[in-house]
Amino acid sequence: MRCLYIFNRNGMCLHYHVWLRSLMTLSPQQDQKLMFGMLFSLNSFTAKIDPVSSGKENNPPCSFYSFRTNTYKLHFMETASGIKIILLTDPRIGDLREALMHIYSNIYVEYVVKNPLYSPGQPFRCELFNMALDHYVKTLQ
Amino acid sequence: MAPAKPGDAAFANVDHVNAELFTLTYGAMVRQLLTDFEDVEEVNKQLDTMGYNIGIRLIDDFLSKANVTRCSEFRETADVIAKIGFKMFLGVTATVSNWNADFTECSLVLDDNPLVDFVELPETCQGLYYCNVLCGVIRGALEMVSMRTEVKWARDMLRGDDAYELRLKLIEHVAEEYPYKDDD
Repeated sequence: MRCLYIFNRNGMCLHYHVWLRSLMTLSPQQDQKLMFGMLFSLNSFTAKIDPVSSGKENNPPCSFYSFRTNTYKLHFMETASGIKIILLTDPRIGDLREALMHIYSNIYVEYVVKNPLYSPGQPFRCELFNMALDHYVKTLQ
Repeated sequence: MAPAKPGDAAFANVDHVNAELFTLTYGAMVRQLLTDFEDVEEVNKQLDTMGYNIGIRLIDDFLSKANVTRCSEFRETADVIAKIGFKMFLGVTATVSNWNADFTECSLVLDDNPLVDFVELPETCQGLYYCNVLCGVIRGALEMVSMRTEVKWARDMLRGDDAYELRLKLIEHVAEEYPYKDDD
């Protein structure tokens, strides 16, 4: 595992977590903005280029769930409420769609959304979330 | 065995609390609002706002447990609210009816309303929408999935009508926009 981003629908980075990232060429703000912008464009790209279901309003737009380079793999999930979860990992790792869903349902919703002190739409720092996330991510490797 | 309804699985997935405790807690809260604000209209507004704040969080809880896919049209959304949403959080279901011609407005008729057990509106609170919190919850939750809506009580048994009916109106689908400006 390298790092994790959580964005809300407005492009606000709610959470950024690093496990291992030796190189960071941009400032955190630029880095997050670039990440969100790429996801946004790639999402509209995948929907527009879709040769099977495009043009029909009844079908929900298709989306991508990962891409891989020679040094890392990016896993992506978006919920209907616009929460985007991005996980960067080693390129050799397999399909993590279920793991991202688990992070959303069992960690983000339980420890952040249900936290009465959290104001929705704001970045969060939550000890329990970090612990649960660390613990879960260790089981994936 | 009858086939399982879609809401049942979601209902089984969530923690439950005692219904009477829930009803009484809600009652106590409305009572306190009436004492604090002294004005029935203001209490209606407060309940709606509280509901809204609940709704914008509840949607993530709902999506993470209900296992539904994105709705392609508003008719499907209304069905999901009635059959899965209400079941999951209140343990009851609702019936969707009375669509307008272009399918942007419908009624949700509650089959049962656990919030109103033991409740009778006194003379002084006749204008109160006791369950107004539900309107806010639905509005808040739908706003988080890109739908601006208006939700109002159409019939309320506490006010002498023959059913609990919510009127749900879709104002617009909010398109997803790129949130940053080019120059910042």
